[in-house]
Amino acid sequence: MSEPSESLLSVQGLEKHFPITKGLIKRQVGAVKAVDGLDFEVRKGETLGLVGESGCGKTTTGRLITRLLEPTGGKILFEGRDITHMSQGGLRPLRRDMQMIFQDPYSSLNPRHTVGAIVGAPYRIQGVKTEHGTKKAVQDILELVGLNPEHYNRYPHEFSGGQRQRIGIARTLALRPKLIIADEPVSALDVSIQAQVVNLLEDLQNELDLTYVVIAHDLSVVRHISDRVAVMYLGKIVEIADRKGLYEAPMHPYTNALLSAVPVPDVKGRTGRERIRLQGDVPSPINPPPACRFHTRCWKAQEVCKTVEPPLAELATGHRVACHFPENAPKDAVPGDAATQVPA
Amino acid sequence: MSFLELNDLRIHFPTDDGLVKSVDGLSFTLERGRTLGIVGESGSGKSVTSLGILGLHKGGRAKISGEIWLDGEELVAASPEHVRTLRGKKMAMIFQDPLSAMHPYYTVGAQIIEAYRIHHQVSKAVARKHAVDLLGRVGIPQPDRRVDSYPHEFSGGMRQRAMIAMALSCDPELLIADEPTTALDVTVQAQILDLMRDLQQEFNSALIIITHDLGVVAELSDDILVMYGGRCIEYGSAEDIFERPEHPYTWGLLGSMPRLDRERTERLTPIKGTPPSLINVPSGCAFHPRCAFEPRTGGKGRTEVPELLETEGGHLVRCHMTREERRAAWEQEIKPTLESE
Repeated sequence: MSEPSESLLSVQGLEKHFPITKGLIKRQVGAVKAVDGLDFEVRKGETLGLVGESGCGKTTTGRLITRLLEPTGGKILFEGRDITHMSQGGLRPLRRDMQMIFQDPYSSLNPRHTVGAIVGAPYRIQGVKTEHGTKKAVQDILELVGLNPEHYNRYPHEFSGGQRQRIGIARTLALRPKLIIADEPVSALDVSIQAQVVNLLEDLQNELDLTYVVIAHDLSVVRHISDRVAVMYLGKIVEIADRKGLYEAPMHPYTNALLSAVPVPDVKGRTGRERIRLQGDVPSPINPPPACRFHTRCWKAQEVCKTVEPPLAELATGHRVACHFPENAPKDAVPGDAATQVPA
Repeated sequence: MSFLELNDLRIHFPTDDGLVKSVDGLSFTLERGRTLGIVGESGSGKSVTSLGILGLHKGGRAKISGEIWLDGEELVAASPEHVRTLRGKKMAMIFQDPLSAMHPYYTVGAQIIEAYRIHHQVSKAVARKHAVDLLGRVGIPQPDRRVDSYPHEFSGGMRQRAMIAMALSCDPELLIADEPTTALDVTVQAQILDLMRDLQQEFNSALIIITHDLGVVAELSDDILVMYGGRCIEYGSAEDIFERPEHPYTWGLLGSMPRLDRERTERLTPIKGTPPSLINVPSGCAFHPRCAFEPRTGGKGRTEVPELLETEGGHLVRCHMTREERRAAWEQEIKPTLESE
């Protein structure tokens, strides 16, 4: 754990259970445990990558942090303030500091508004007066994200996908936020455009001292932009570490499987490469497997994995993993509380 | 003659805004048992090409010219009825999004049985047994029960498997997969790619895989065709394209992509600008407005369309730079930036 002064956002035991109702009176018969106990923090100026397969709760996490969804449990601290159940009115001033970039640049921009209106909306809603008027401020931001300021009066349909994503980023930046949650910021874009947007995000971070939480499923993009990476599986973090630790010495079997499944453009090595093949699909978050949630697909699973849930334990400096049988772990590390129950 | 041969295929769509030249003079050949990867960004004409081979543009507004030879038969001039008898049996397609490609009101089994019975005079019971066999072969658990499931009851990966089973139901000799794994998670994607590789070896069919993901192409392809603005700009073996690419656009694609198998580079090197509109394809070389090497062509890039010429051993490149210039640029300027410090 780092010093509290460094931490911009801190999440403790965060939960979101969506109720499943049945019948006329909407009796609750179950819950989708989309996010089920997350602990992590985001330090000032860093980029935290959040990866996992679809349905693991990445997007829900992003929406909980920005309070677009109401958490059912746990705590969210932003700059030390508890915002877990803050009212909409109380949140409004905070929205200046915390903004979101959305995945789909087609549905996240109002087709009937001009670029000027879209990027200028944050000023209007927050009642912010700028020195030379809103128009000048908007044009400055458009220039910052690499768009032509003269396109102020154009509509979104006049732009390509990559340019639209830049408009979305410009809107996000309008109020100079401290924290930006980017939910799959490049996955809807063509390869050549993805690289442009990734570079833009990096430049803006250096220039404006931004902190990012980047949610993505593409492990190579996440490695490129993140300082630290958290791997999620069925609503829980199974491993969190700095980039180097996670990609060079992954400890959780799931992380290993994810990394080995990524197709790499290496034609020479394609015959010799050993892959870990996971069987089947991610289980349903309505009835997640007990104890370690990954045990149904894990090739290292033993009895203990079905009965005792492994804690997210720090096995190397800044490298936490929830597994009874971690790989690449330092020899003296104690894998959770399982060491006492498992014969060596 | 090759099993599949395209000669100067052009597919143009007249629209209110002008003529959209989706495919503009495409030629390639493919043999049985080989896999061709077609790579390109959105709007490069990859999907239109595949639908064109299947004859799915017939009867629409599309203007098609050129020749498509499949196993000695010409398909562009053939009647839609005749192409229809080939579809499913001789050639089949795996679509990107199985949820929209399958009918939601019919069970998965019924959809496989329907296709099978169109091409084979068999009873329903026999066709059903065939469907169960196929579902089992593509790795669906309890196929005798799942054959009666509806598409929405399947997960994404299982749906894609069912889609593959459907495409394979009549043992097609040509299989076209259009972004077969784009909608899937990496672990499921790896399963599907393995499956496609195994099935191809078993059936010895010709496989065309269309994707924007260079990693997927590298996993499966023997040969690779890179498309840009409706034309082929580079063609070669997988080694040619990944080890010694010669077109600036291919270089750009490689530089745009963060890679897990290499040291992390500090910065990606994107291609500037955006893919061209197919109504107003840039004059000369369609890539010239985005090309960093355009000044070296002495103005030819803006005025003349470069020809697709062989550089060495079946490796074709459409570029105005000379072979020596391209090789020097790749070795000295591009390759070092891809392999990080």
